Amino acid sequence: MAAKVFTIDGQQITATEGQTVLDAAQDAGIAIPTLCHLDGVMDVGACRLCLVEIAGLNKLVPACVTKVTDGMVVTTNSERLQRYRRMIVELLFTERNHICAVCVSNGHCELQSLAMTLGMDHVRYDYTFPKCAVDPTHRLFGIDHNRCVLCGRCVRVCWYIEGAGTKNFSGRGTQSRIVSDLNAPWGNSRTCTSCGKCVQACPTGALFSKGAAVAEMEKDRGKLEYIVTAREKKQWIV
Amino acid sequence: MVLAELVEIKERELAARKKALITCCLAAGCMSSDGKLVKEALDRAVKDAGLESEVEVRGVGCLRLCCEGPLVMIDPPGALYQKVTLADAESLVGTLKGGTTSVQRGDPASAFFAKQMSIVLANSGIVDPERIESYIARDGYFALRNVLRELSPAEVVSEITRSGLRGRGGAGYPTGLKWATVAKTESPKKFIICNADEGDPGAFMDRSVLESDPHRVIEGMIIAAYAVGADQGYIYVRAEYPLAIARLQVAIRQAKQHGILGSGIFESPFHFNIDIRIGAGAFVCGEETALMASVEGRRGQPRPRPPFPAESGLFGKPTLINNVETFANVPPIILNGAEWFAGIGTEKSKGTKVFALAGKVKNTGLIEVPMGIPLREIVEHMGGGAPSGARIKAVQTGGPSGGCIPADHLDTPVDYESLTKLGSIMGSGGMIVMDEKDNMVDVARFFMEFCMDESCGKCIPCRAGTVQMHNLLEKIIARKATARDLQKLEELCDLVKHTSLCGLGMTAPNPVLSTLRFFRQEYLDLLAVETQRKTSPPAAPPAPANPA
Repeated sequence: MAAKVFTIDGQQITATEGQTVLDAAQDAGIAIPTLCHLDGVMDVGACRLCLVEIAGLNKLVPACVTKVTDGMVVTTNSERLQRYRRMIVELLFTERNHICAVCVSNGHCELQSLAMTLGMDHVRYDYTFPKCAVDPTHRLFGIDHNRCVLCGRCVRVCWYIEGAGTKNFSGRGTQSRIVSDLNAPWGNSRTCTSCGKCVQACPTGALFSKGAAVAEMEKDRGKLEYIVTAREKKQWIV
Repeated sequence: MVLAELVEIKERELAARKKALITCCLAAGCMSSDGKLVKEALDRAVKDAGLESEVEVRGVGCLRLCCEGPLVMIDPPGALYQKVTLADAESLVGTLKGGTTSVQRGDPASAFFAKQMSIVLANSGIVDPERIESYIARDGYFALRNVLRELSPAEVVSEITRSGLRGRGGAGYPTGLKWATVAKTESPKKFIICNADEGDPGAFMDRSVLESDPHRVIEGMIIAAYAVGADQGYIYVRAEYPLAIARLQVAIRQAKQHGILGSGIFESPFHFNIDIRIGAGAFVCGEETALMASVEGRRGQPRPRPPFPAESGLFGKPTLINNVETFANVPPIILNGAEWFAGIGTEKSKGTKVFALAGKVKNTGLIEVPMGIPLREIVEHMGGGAPSGARIKAVQTGGPSGGCIPADHLDTPVDYESLTKLGSIMGSGGMIVMDEKDNMVDVARFFMEFCMDESCGKCIPCRAGTVQMHNLLEKIIARKATARDLQKLEELCDLVKHTSLCGLGMTAPNPVLSTLRFFRQEYLDLLAVETQRKTSPPAAPPAPANPA
C-alpha cells in the first residue's frame, strides 16, 4: 500500500491508500465541517457540509467519500464553500424547530457549534415551523423530531454497529421522519435492544436520554469508538 | 431457436396476411378513450359482414396522434380515422365494401406524420405488441441472432460506438463508451438494467415504446448483455404503467417460450434472463443509483458517485443502465450497420429522438424526428402551432430538469449541445409548448413544486432548498416578494445546483434559472409595488405617503 501525497489548502500532506480526503485532513489537523459523518460508521455524503473543491474537477465533491489520489489539489475553505456551508446550515434551521434555549443539547450540539464556527448568525429564509411529534414511549430514551436534522447517523449505528435495524427513514423529502420498526411507537419496537447507540450518535438533541433537562444531554461518542476499535483492531480501549 | 425457425415464423406470419388490415391503437392514450371497445366493435362488425377471411383487425401500439384518439387505420387504402366511437365500427368496415363513413379522416401525409422518421417507433402502430410472431415478421430478433452467431462481444460494442448512439435518458452519455466500460470491468457477475422509470410531467415516450413494441427493448437488452457479458437483466418500470408492465410480461414469457431468453439462446453458449421490477412511485428512482437501491429492495435513495454503476452497481457488481429508447435503438443499428445510423442526425447527435409533444399545440402526441431538426418545425409545422391562434411563447424540454426555450430561439436545432447551450436539456423527450397566456413564473413554480415533492430527503440542499425556493416563487406569484427575495431565490438556485447529491437536486433549479434568463421581466413585474418603485424610480414624484 503506497502512501499518497497531496495538497490541501496549499499544504502538502500524506494519506494512506484508500483514505478519504476528510480522514487525511483530520489526521493533518485540518478541520472540514461535517454533520452526517461519524467516526466508525460508513459515510453517505448526505449533509454536503464537507464539500471541497478539487483542482481540475468542475463539481464539488464530499470529502467524506472521496478517496485521495496522488497529486490531488484540494481546497477546503474557499469563500464560495464557506458561503454554501452557511446557507446549508441556515436551511437546516428553517426546516425544523430548533430552539436552543429549551433544548437538552444546548451547548453540546453539533448543529449549534456548526452555526457558530461557520458564522451563521441569522437565518434569512422563512422558518417553516413544521408540526413535529415527540415520541417518549421508550423506557429510557425519547425522540423529538423538532430537533432532527435527518443526518441518518442513528439509522447507520442501529443497522451497522448494533445490527438491530430498528431505526429507519419514512416518507420522503421534507416529510422524511426517523421511525422505529415500521413506524411503531419506539417503546413498542420488537427489534430495539435499548443499546442507546442512536442516542449517543445523534448530533443534536433529537435523540435524548430521559431525565435530561435543558443543556444536560451530553453525548458519549466513546462508546462507539470502543466497539469499532474492538471489532476492527481487536483492541479494547479501557 | 435457430435461424431456420425464425425465418419460418416470419414466412408463416407474412403468408397469413389477409387482403385488408384494420389496425386499432391500443396504447394507453387511445385505451383511455375506449380504444379497446372500438377494437372489439370492429371485430364484431367484420364478423357480421362475413369478411373474417379477408380482413384482419389488429390491436397495435401507438399511432401517434394521441389528441385525436381512438385512432383506427384501414389499409388499403391507408386511411386514418380519428375519434372513432363504437357506433362507427359498422360504417368503417363498410368502407372495405365500397361504402362511405362520416368518421373524421386524418391525413397521414400531413406534416405531423410526414416529417417523422421512424427508427425506434418503426414497428409502433404496425406490430401486435402481444404477439412475438408479429415482431419477428418485421425482422425482429434477426439482429440478436446475427450478434450471437456472427459477432464477438467486442465487435458489438464497437458497432454501437461507431454508430454514435448517445443515451436517450437525457444526459446523452455515449452509449458505446458506457458499454465498453462495463465490458472491460472484470467480474463473473454483471447486470443489465433498463430504466423505464419515466417520470417527467408530460412525458410518455418510454411508455409508448414499451406498450407498442416491447420485444424491441428486450432484444436490445439481450444484445447489450452479450456485449458486456451480463447474464441477468432487470426492467425497472414504474407502477403507473400497468399496460406497459402487462405487455412486457407477455413479451418476456413469449421470448422464453421461443428460447430467446434463458440458456443457450440461438444455440449459442450465451444465457440471459430478464425480470421486471416495479417502481413504487418515486421520481428519484429514475436516478441510476437510487434505481439500483430500489431493485435491491432498499429505500430508493441515490448515493454519491464514484463508484459508478459500471464499476460497482447493482449488488456491488458492474452494471449497465440504459434507458428504454436507447435499448430500442440497438437492434436497427445492428441490422442496418453503424454507418447507416451515424448518417442520420447532426455531427454530435446521431439518429432520431422520440418526443412527447404536448401543451399548447393543435397536434399533440408522439413524434420521432431526426436529430438536428429545428424546434420550429416540430412546434409550428408538426404541432400546427397554438390551437387558438395565439402566439407561441416558449417550449419546455427536459421536464423538471430542463428549461424553457423562448420563441425567438425556435430555429435552434434539436440536438444535445444546442439545447444545453440555451440552458435547457434534451431530457428524456418531454416537450411542452406554451403560448402567451402562460405565465413563466408559474411554470417555474410548477416544476419546483414537483421537485420539492419528489426530493428523497437525503441531502439538505435539495430537501430544504427546494422548499425555500418554492416558498419564494409562491411569494413572487402572490405579489408579496421584494427584489431581495428574488436575489435570495437566485442564491438558492446556485446553492442547490452545485451542492446537491444527485441529478434531481442538481437540475431542480433549471426551470427557474432558464425562465429567469429569458423571461426575467415577468419576475420583475410580479415583485411587490414598493420594491418596483425603489428599483426603478417613476418619472413623476411619488404620491405622498399616508402619514401613519
